[in-house]
Amino acid sequence: MKMGAGATVPVQIPGGLTEGRLLEIYYYLQLTRSLEERLVNLYRQSKVIGGLYRSLGQEGESVGSAYALEFGDILSPLIRNLGSMLVKGAKPVEVLRQYMAKANSPTAGREMNIHFNDLDLGYLGQISHLGDMVPVMAGIALSFKMRSEPRVGLVYVGDGATSTGAFHEGMNFAAVQKVPLVIIVEHNGYAYSTPTSKQTAVARLADKGRAYGVPSETVDGNHVLAVYATTKNAVDRARNGGGPTLIEAVTYRRKGHAEHDSQSYQSPDEIREWESRDPVERYVDLLQMSGWATPADITEIDARVANELDQAVAEAEEASTPAGATALGGVYADRTVDGGPLWFRSLDG
Amino acid sequence: MAEITYLEALRQGLEEELERDDRVFILGEDVGEYGGAFKVTDGFHERFGPDRIIDTPISEAAIVGAAAGAAHMGFRPVAEMQFIDFISCAYDILTNYVATARYRAGLSTPLVVRGPAGGYVRGGPFHSQMPEAAFFHTPGLKLVCPATARDAKGLIKAAIRDDDPVIYFEHKYLYRRIKEDLNGADDVTPIGKARVAREGNDLTIVSWSAVFWKALEAAGELEDEDGAGIEVLDLRTLVPMDDQAIVSSVKKTNRLLIVHEDTRTGGVAGEITARVNEQAFEWLDAPIRRVTAHDTPLPYAPTLEDYVLPQTADIVTAARWLLAY
Repeated sequence: MKMGAGATVPVQIPGGLTEGRLLEIYYYLQLTRSLEERLVNLYRQSKVIGGLYRSLGQEGESVGSAYALEFGDILSPLIRNLGSMLVKGAKPVEVLRQYMAKANSPTAGREMNIHFNDLDLGYLGQISHLGDMVPVMAGIALSFKMRSEPRVGLVYVGDGATSTGAFHEGMNFAAVQKVPLVIIVEHNGYAYSTPTSKQTAVARLADKGRAYGVPSETVDGNHVLAVYATTKNAVDRARNGGGPTLIEAVTYRRKGHAEHDSQSYQSPDEIREWESRDPVERYVDLLQMSGWATPADITEIDARVANELDQAVAEAEEASTPAGATALGGVYADRTVDGGPLWFRSLDG
Repeated sequence: MAEITYLEALRQGLEEELERDDRVFILGEDVGEYGGAFKVTDGFHERFGPDRIIDTPISEAAIVGAAAGAAHMGFRPVAEMQFIDFISCAYDILTNYVATARYRAGLSTPLVVRGPAGGYVRGGPFHSQMPEAAFFHTPGLKLVCPATARDAKGLIKAAIRDDDPVIYFEHKYLYRRIKEDLNGADDVTPIGKARVAREGNDLTIVSWSAVFWKALEAAGELEDEDGAGIEVLDLRTLVPMDDQAIVSSVKKTNRLLIVHEDTRTGGVAGEITARVNEQAFEWLDAPIRRVTAHDTPLPYAPTLEDYVLPQTADIVTAARWLLAY
């Protein structure tokens, strides 16, 4: 299957969308890409404290899939799903503060990058142990089922995470319990430096879902509206009691694992080939060719995003870093960590 | 009221919490229609239905992970490990995801992971473990180890009502061997409080779970044969630890022996020793000593298992050494 070549013009706007919402999807694509570009600048100024993880070339898959959810649904992103969190209402300033380890970041400087959550808005922060969010999200979806709430969970994993035991256990549990969960496997070709061919012996990661009796399909991850439509079908099925669906979104990681990574293992030709299938450019072409947006609409959104990010960066930069002693609170609900073991800190010279 | 066993007390505690709070549910392997490998959840499936007593695949990581997700959403899941030995399969989810959730993300994760622990039952290397120390080291988890029927019930209730994740180590040797009249009380044993089970002035023995009974037996023998007054503390909770109870007893008796079933190196006794060193060094008249299992996996043959695990005679010998110091 050849994925991601050329823009496909649908004859009509996919179900659930309007022209206004199509433009909003563009806004989130541009917001995701531009926010990451701002982060790169801050990273180069050493204002981003830890690693920086890009989703360049994968924004379409994050935004298109998250856009298929309703308010009340909960998703759990992976490191390259910034776009999905923005769709769910995470603020760029929050993401900036996280990366910059500010005291007023969503986790008060305790966690990094996009590891944060807002269950009311509908996103649950990941941890770095790949695959773990699959059983956790299966439990969230189980809670929806137990309360007979018409809500859906969505969890993102990468091609690498499909090799973990937690992925297997979570998929199987979700399938047996028939919980309303959509699993998106972003097949971007690499887990750090490891190509998919060294990760798994199957050609299509959708086959993994079939092994659990879960309806599974493969979609062009760089075609925003195809991702949206495929996810929407899966979300509708889950909401109607049809249980989980696995979607393999075929895409490509155009940057390294993190900003420091030289990408020595990716050929320049391969990267260039995928540049020509850029999901954002394809989406803009599609909007304009279909008459759903004018160049002026696009320019206006670009300007709005730039303006919002100017403000967000300024706001994030002015915040302070957390005081050291704030590190002790909140390990438990009902007790603070005893400062006693650090008795030596209170000794006189 | 009649006397009930440790297992029946645990069962009652679970049943009463299922009744009083519809956010409580149970999930695990064979816990539903079959009623659990040890019949702890016997009858629950008929009484509370398959939505609240959930049979799962053999997937400890998924059991604990799903419990965590449901707990975030306001449920109070109780996840059964068929034997606590298998909790190691969920080690990643428990230590990386569950234990850190409140700290890193402000997430409430009120779940209980419980299961039959411990040896003296000829269960071999994989059905006899007491893996308390593996979790003792992880901030964010609470650990309880009931020794009595009253606490089997009181601590499961406290664990379910607690807003943080609790690992509940129930001792399978005690399941049907001890009985107590609980007067049907809805008593909750507070987490973090030790109990002075026997008073004395000459030596403190700190213990918990099944070996607590051996410590108590040794104390009786030492009083009968040596006229020694042994104070026996049932620690009941390992995290958070009741330092105050240990320290005030040590200040009274000036001698401390720690007895635990888990292996020695990196065991909880080492931490208790350090805490007493920090908080009551000047009151000690003798070195702190510990009686623990040998540092081996737990073998199957009765002669081997008995050799590896602490026995009453070991406690008596160690106590006499301390009393004579």
